[in-house]
Amino acid sequence: MIEESLVTQNIKPAKKIFSYKTIRFEGAFRRSLVIVALIIIAVVAGIFLTLSVQSIPSLKSLGIGYLWGRTWDPVSNEYGALPFLLGTLMTSFLALIISVPFSYAIAIYLGEYNTKGWLSGFLKNIVELVAAVPSVIYGFWALVIIVPMVRSIEIKIGAAPYGVGIFTASVVLAIMIIPYAASLGRELIRLVPGSLKEGAYALGATRYEVLKNVTLPYTKSGLFAGLLLSLGRALGETMAVTMVIGNTSMMPDSIFSPGNTMASVIANEFTEAAHTVYLSALIELALVLFIVTVIINMIGKSIIKRFSAE
Amino acid sequence: MKSSLKIRSAKSKAFEILIIVFAFLITVPLLAIIYFVLKTGISKISWNFLTNIPKPVGEIGGGIANALLGSILIVAVAAVIAVPFGILCGIYLSENKNSRIARWSRLAVDVLQGTPSIVIGIVIYFWIVKPSGTFSAISGSVALAIMMLPIVIRSTEETLKLIPATLHEAGFALGLPYHKVILRIIVPCGISGILSGVILSVARIAGETAPLLFTAFGNPYISANVLRPMQSLPLLIFNYATSPYDEWHDLAWGASLILLIWVLLLNIGTKLITSKWKIQL
Repeated sequence: MIEESLVTQNIKPAKKIFSYKTIRFEGAFRRSLVIVALIIIAVVAGIFLTLSVQSIPSLKSLGIGYLWGRTWDPVSNEYGALPFLLGTLMTSFLALIISVPFSYAIAIYLGEYNTKGWLSGFLKNIVELVAAVPSVIYGFWALVIIVPMVRSIEIKIGAAPYGVGIFTASVVLAIMIIPYAASLGRELIRLVPGSLKEGAYALGATRYEVLKNVTLPYTKSGLFAGLLLSLGRALGETMAVTMVIGNTSMMPDSIFSPGNTMASVIANEFTEAAHTVYLSALIELALVLFIVTVIINMIGKSIIKRFSAE
Repeated sequence: MKSSLKIRSAKSKAFEILIIVFAFLITVPLLAIIYFVLKTGISKISWNFLTNIPKPVGEIGGGIANALLGSILIVAVAAVIAVPFGILCGIYLSENKNSRIARWSRLAVDVLQGTPSIVIGIVIYFWIVKPSGTFSAISGSVALAIMMLPIVIRSTEETLKLIPATLHEAGFALGLPYHKVILRIIVPCGISGILSGVILSVARIAGETAPLLFTAFGNPYISANVLRPMQSLPLLIFNYATSPYDEWHDLAWGASLILLIWVLLLNIGTKLITSKWKIQL
């Protein structure tokens, strides 16, 4: 490609290269690059503005107390978002707790124990494929496999045997978010300077002691950022959660009770929301979700940026 | 002294085994999903399955032709919107590293990447569906295109950053205008990285359901009109999997298998390109 363009340019007389047409095209090209970059900014600003404007009716008629109202009953025009906020927080944090041992184990294995070779390549590809499976397929699979498993656990411990519910949703979410913390953690663990680890080994430390006293303290902030990014991912995940959480608007009273997250209530009720306040209340949930995930992502990314700059 | 050393090394060994066990447990759910979808889905797939539309409840048979066609159309239109746009934006970001616009749009790309997909669905509902008065495939494509953008932009920017500045200078020294330096020298040099970003982004959005719920909406019949509602594979899986009918579950299993194969093949394709050209995404 390069050679070809050079040859054609050489043959053409110089006059033709700097024709007005070329110059005009060059200006148009530069301008269109700037315009495209501006459009991206406009899209994001537009998302925020649209959500804000559309949630004005609910802000006006329900006030800020909407966010901690305990009942959600659109039929009698009563709106309170607390069941969904609680549902989102419970599923996300439970999923995070379940996923941490696995994602950190993968990060440590790929970053420290086995950095090269076919086995680590295999595991790396598996982790990427786990991230690639569409969330509806996770949801469908969980509906058929995980739900009966959870139901039998519930029968054993004497909880109400719904099967669907917050715990089931957390298990599915945990599987889905493992790849995010794992692949980030792996890269950060690799950034630990070899001289630090060698120093510890030279002092007679075992591999576990090096990991515990050198590698993990060094990567602490980065691993935390990985957790934040997976949390952001878990908060916004919709489909798999919607399929297995049970979709009730009651306050969840245990981790086994069915519930709803912010994303799942939007997915379920948005097209049915007949009047303005109802619709607007749902959009206000989306606005809260948007702001929270953006803040969490920004904090996570800035920690990583600082970490890799060091 | 000697025994404490033994304990320490045993502890280290035990920890290593623990790490290996936990790390490789991730293969269990993935293999379980692939196995289960294969086992239940493979018997449903036949020529009729691919060429018929779903039958009403109670009738045996029927297929997913409407969803297959719809998915391909919606994703193709999304790619047509997002790819040129994303590549141009990536070029701008790699060319102007420190301008104020670049800093803001980089922030915007970060925000887009973290935005929950359902939020994008709602926003597109207000931008396109409500003004036009009807759910439409094109609104679904726009929603998916917005989800593709961050991946295309990031991969373009990161790839083009790696291309040495001397290539720019060589082009300018020969008297080439700016757009020719970019489009005929810089972009062709980085085309493999850009391409793998594009394929990866298509793989990401092919299975997205949430942004389509309020935009493409779904349609039980075959439709190729992008201005009307259209079915897609993930939507069909969601609707039929949560229905109480066994016939519909069968359709959903077959559709899951096709979607899973589609997405995994795209991912493996990206892998092959990136490993051949040694690019980091």
